[in-house]
Amino acid sequence: MPKMDYIDAIRLAMKEEMERDDDVFVLGEDVGHKGGVFTTTKGLIGQFGEERVLDTPLSESAIVGAAIGAAMYGMKPIAEMQYSDFMFPATNQIISEAAKIRYRSNNDWTCPLVIRAPIGGGIFGGLYHSQCPESVFFGTPGLKIVAPYTAYDAKGLLKAAVRDPDPVIYFENKKCYKLVSGDVPDGDYVVPIGESNVLREGDDITVISYSLPLHFAMEAAEELEEEGISAHVLDLRTLQPLDQEGILAAARRTGKVLIIHEDNKFGGIGAEVSAIIAEEMLYELDAPIMRLCGPDVPAMPINPPGEKFFMLNKDKVKEAMKKLALY
Amino acid sequence: MTQSESAVQQSRHAALGLTDEQAIEMYTFMTTARRYDERCLLLQRAGKIKFHVSGIGQEAAQVGAAFALDRENDYFLPYYRDYAFVLACGMTLRELMLSLFSKAADPNSGGRQMPGHFGCKRLRIVTGSSPVTTQVPHAVGFALASKMKKKNFVSIVTFGDGSSNQGDFHEGANFAGVHKLPVIFMCENNQYAISIPLHKQVGGKIADRALGYGFPGYSVDGNDPLEVYRVVKEARERAARGEGPTLIEAVMYRLSPHSTSDEDLAYRTKEEVDEHRGKDGLPKFKQYLIDCGIWDEERDAAMQQQVKAALDEATAYGDRAPFPEPEDILKHVYADDHSEGGR
Repeated sequence: MPKMDYIDAIRLAMKEEMERDDDVFVLGEDVGHKGGVFTTTKGLIGQFGEERVLDTPLSESAIVGAAIGAAMYGMKPIAEMQYSDFMFPATNQIISEAAKIRYRSNNDWTCPLVIRAPIGGGIFGGLYHSQCPESVFFGTPGLKIVAPYTAYDAKGLLKAAVRDPDPVIYFENKKCYKLVSGDVPDGDYVVPIGESNVLREGDDITVISYSLPLHFAMEAAEELEEEGISAHVLDLRTLQPLDQEGILAAARRTGKVLIIHEDNKFGGIGAEVSAIIAEEMLYELDAPIMRLCGPDVPAMPINPPGEKFFMLNKDKVKEAMKKLALY
Repeated sequence: MTQSESAVQQSRHAALGLTDEQAIEMYTFMTTARRYDERCLLLQRAGKIKFHVSGIGQEAAQVGAAFALDRENDYFLPYYRDYAFVLACGMTLRELMLSLFSKAADPNSGGRQMPGHFGCKRLRIVTGSSPVTTQVPHAVGFALASKMKKKNFVSIVTFGDGSSNQGDFHEGANFAGVHKLPVIFMCENNQYAISIPLHKQVGGKIADRALGYGFPGYSVDGNDPLEVYRVVKEARERAARGEGPTLIEAVMYRLSPHSTSDEDLAYRTKEEVDEHRGKDGLPKFKQYLIDCGIWDEERDAAMQQQVKAALDEATAYGDRAPFPEPEDILKHVYADDHSEGGR
């Protein structure tokens, strides 16, 4: 099985979907000859031409809005937001429109749209090239939200998103682009939306997370194994709808749960995961549910000590895991 | 008689390629929409329905535009005052009444949305919402699909003068201008965004904005269905030739309050409204047809009687039709959802 970087898996998914279906196309700022500011769409214009790899004016609401119109007609647009920090001008189109088109038309019109948006910090991007906006869109019925961590899932979830009959936000982590690589099979496969994945089996503590922090959790779990602490690690993969069964099974496995995300703590995905566990199995727990998240500040700064303070890393994650294990 | 004298004597609608029957049909749609709108106001005042947002005074432009389109193939993105437009595009009075009474069989939304929020895939009327102007980029997306798939349909989107100030108008217009997309932007400038008069909304002229996006913009008398027909038809031909979008500003006047929840005399005078009532396109078009010798009071009375009978029937039909089941609100969040909403 070929080993591949996360970013290459994203690009491969787009390429294969565009080869499979003429209705699939990419649109966004700089996606054409430049190949995207992160090179995510590099080479696609050469293969598919400038109509299906469409450079757009700098206007996110029109990118998403035009994609919605095309999707309602029957196309399968993949709208790229250059940074998730810049998708807020399109929020009205995403929340008032894409999410509600099937519902408000009583199933007459549909909106099979994918919105790709890079999330996360640790790249000295400052306040507006580093954010994790999951919680802004999370809890909007009608939207699906995925956030892959492995290269395998990056490809499989994007393919699933393109084929999904409803709007899907695909949060790719820009720090993972080159940091994460792994086995990605040749050929066609999808990772079903709505299914979490156990990355590591363990018996002492359960870590539930998504996206980049799983990298730190897996490193920490390996070190803790040597110290005699066995961690069970669950990758949510899909944030909406949450895999309730997968979450409860992972929590039951150890009775001790740590939820980790880079998005800030208050009102984040972790709050909902925690509530699901508390509602369904409070008395099976051996410790209070713990959360390790970004601090509740507007966004991370560009200065290195400040960014480091905001960001999660292996040591912070390991410490939190140890604290839970020792509880 | 010389040839030029003969051309002068040709009726305006015939010069535009419309038959007498089509001109009469236009007038009939305008009248039907007006009587429908009046009935809605009455039903709301009688407590039979919750809410109505009126399009009185805007029928002429709406019908003129609809007749200039390919009503078998084009895609329509109307806004919430476009009763005459959607009637001319094929929506029936029964269907409008089902929406007005928010009944299960309403094709627009199954009784979910406020009336005036049109949508019907069968008629290629694209579903709309209440946050204004969001439909403009959608129309651009339909036009993009038309160009990509080498189809010959165009999209048309309507919106109010207030909407012309939203970012989605400007972003959509620019996107369409850059990519020369087959879309028609028609602003129904009725002089008011709820209570805000035009001079407090717009610094320049709405039609002139097209210049900044690289395509033509025209201001047209929105009380004259034939003039609107002419301009929209030209815009459609431009779009079909691959020459890109057109902005049309149909200038008219909102004769009704903004909605049944609005007290309009708080911000405008009765004298002002009455002055514009005198410019109403509906009686003027009737007089035009009479002047052409293709219409008379007797035929008018018969037509009004038919419209009234159809409205009575549709009103009773809408009133009698069942509401959705309460649990139906859980349906259609996603393609594969079941009985518990989206979870």
